[in-house]
Amino acid sequence: MQEHVKEQINEIAGRYRTRRSAIMPALALVQETVDSLHGDILMEVANLLDVPEIWVFEVATFYEMFHTEPVGKFHIQLCTNVSCMLAQAEQLAQHLETKLQISRGGTTPDGMFTLTTVECLGSCNTAPVMMVNRDYHENLDEQRIDDLLVQFRQQMEH
Amino acid sequence: MNEKVLLRNIDTPGSHNLAAYQTAGGYRSVASALADFTPGELIELVKTAGLRGRGGAGFPTGVKWGFVPRDSGKPVYLCCNADEAEPGTFKDRALMENDPHMVIEGILIAAYAIGATTTYVYIRGEYTVSIERMEAAIAEAYSNGLLGENILNSGFSHDVHVHRGAGAYICGEETALLESIEGRRAQPKFKPPFPAVSGLYGFPTVINNVETLSCLPHIVERGADWFNSIGPERSPGPKLYCVSGLVRKPGLYELPMGTSLRELLDEHAGGPRSGRLKAVIPGGVSAPMIPANDIDIGMDFDSLAAAGSMLGSAGVIVLDDTACIVRVALRIMEFFNHESCGKCTPCREGNAWAAKVLRRLEAGRGQREDLDQLAFLCDGIFGNSFCALGDAAAWSLGAALKHFRDEFERHINDGKCPYH
Repeated sequence: MQEHVKEQINEIAGRYRTRRSAIMPALALVQETVDSLHGDILMEVANLLDVPEIWVFEVATFYEMFHTEPVGKFHIQLCTNVSCMLAQAEQLAQHLETKLQISRGGTTPDGMFTLTTVECLGSCNTAPVMMVNRDYHENLDEQRIDDLLVQFRQQMEH
Repeated sequence: MNEKVLLRNIDTPGSHNLAAYQTAGGYRSVASALADFTPGELIELVKTAGLRGRGGAGFPTGVKWGFVPRDSGKPVYLCCNADEAEPGTFKDRALMENDPHMVIEGILIAAYAIGATTTYVYIRGEYTVSIERMEAAIAEAYSNGLLGENILNSGFSHDVHVHRGAGAYICGEETALLESIEGRRAQPKFKPPFPAVSGLYGFPTVINNVETLSCLPHIVERGADWFNSIGPERSPGPKLYCVSGLVRKPGLYELPMGTSLRELLDEHAGGPRSGRLKAVIPGGVSAPMIPANDIDIGMDFDSLAAAGSMLGSAGVIVLDDTACIVRVALRIMEFFNHESCGKCTPCREGNAWAAKVLRRLEAGRGQREDLDQLAFLCDGIFGNSFCALGDAAAWSLGAALKHFRDEFERHINDGKCPYH
């Protein structure tokens, strides 16, 4: 773990009554710097916060946004909950599977894309919606998805 | 034209900045609250205003505050519930992204009333813009003497921190939210003790929703009588309605509490997309659906409860006559199955089982006994779990079966989904 990440985690831990409360913020910060939250890194977080490793492990494996397995450079999370489903999200999920040649939950062999279908992202008025890494993409259709995939590939080349 | 209260700044360029908020009169209410009110007077003001929690339960906010023991010598915490994840809901996101200082001002008023030293704003992890805007607004407030020590020379001090969620619907449940801030798996706890007595780290804690807190600056500024005069007597105030689904003008609408569902749909949201309404889910997928014939009903806590549904988070999902009720019910049960924390058996196993039966029905492989099976599962889940997640699932499925049994039967008789 990098020193500045450790410093940040220690600073955040000071906002809480217990260091255990800093497990979630620590995992979120560390995740930005590693491929996945594997066992060694969880141990490091536990040591830094001076808490049992199991406390870190149980948090890392409970919350959806913590990845204990690597995800692609672009993590595509397509909402398929009711409002998006009514806006044909299922067809878009199938379109993405065809375009990326992976099924949901999978990652492309080049490590570029991971595709997951997710629960409501809170953007139902602009359905269908997907989140790619930190950004929302709204009012989607197949054409818009194709354009975005081209854009993501270009971003990686530059 | 209805006056905008909660959304009054939303169209101002840079509305999320302190300068814009102060230009519009922001932070005057908290100045007034700190100078002119005792904490007890503020609690009375909010009780008199009749403000009820906008997170879904509709519990009177002032009464909730009143449960915090006074002068116990223990630290008191405030948590702002911004874990907005009820499908169909996007109101708190709009407030945090566009008017984060209004949320902070509301937090300060609540914190002063209950004597809290620290607030944690629990924002769902997916809301990256909300998190950035709230963190930036908190930093601005600190550097302008609106947070920290001796706020506005009142002698009152308060700290606010964002706690970022990580993708678990159950964190919206208040005891699960507290477990999550404590660094644990978000599994609801038995009540009592209620959080007001023993909450975060075992200390008195109040959990209020973003929209609830956002009402406070306006109540302080304009008074309890003004607030109380909007909407129904027992459920007053301005209200945000999130409209989505098969509707012509999906969006966020601010209207008085108690506005009729028909008016919301037809006069504001443009009506059902196909022109022919089938049903409406009025308060996020936890709220039982209402058939088209019953939409002459007030969108407030009591009217919807009397009709066997609930206002919930006011996530209004419109189903026109092209929507398949079995498919909608299936997707709702898949959601609850996915989000069940796994602690209670009826919820963990019952939702999975119900989703399996619905999947079979939607695929055209259903049998008559399946409908009895679903009713049996609803009975078994309802009332038998720690928190409301299982109840919501059972209630929601029960309403679909009750109002649209013919559609379920058609799937069985035709051996296929009539819509797909």
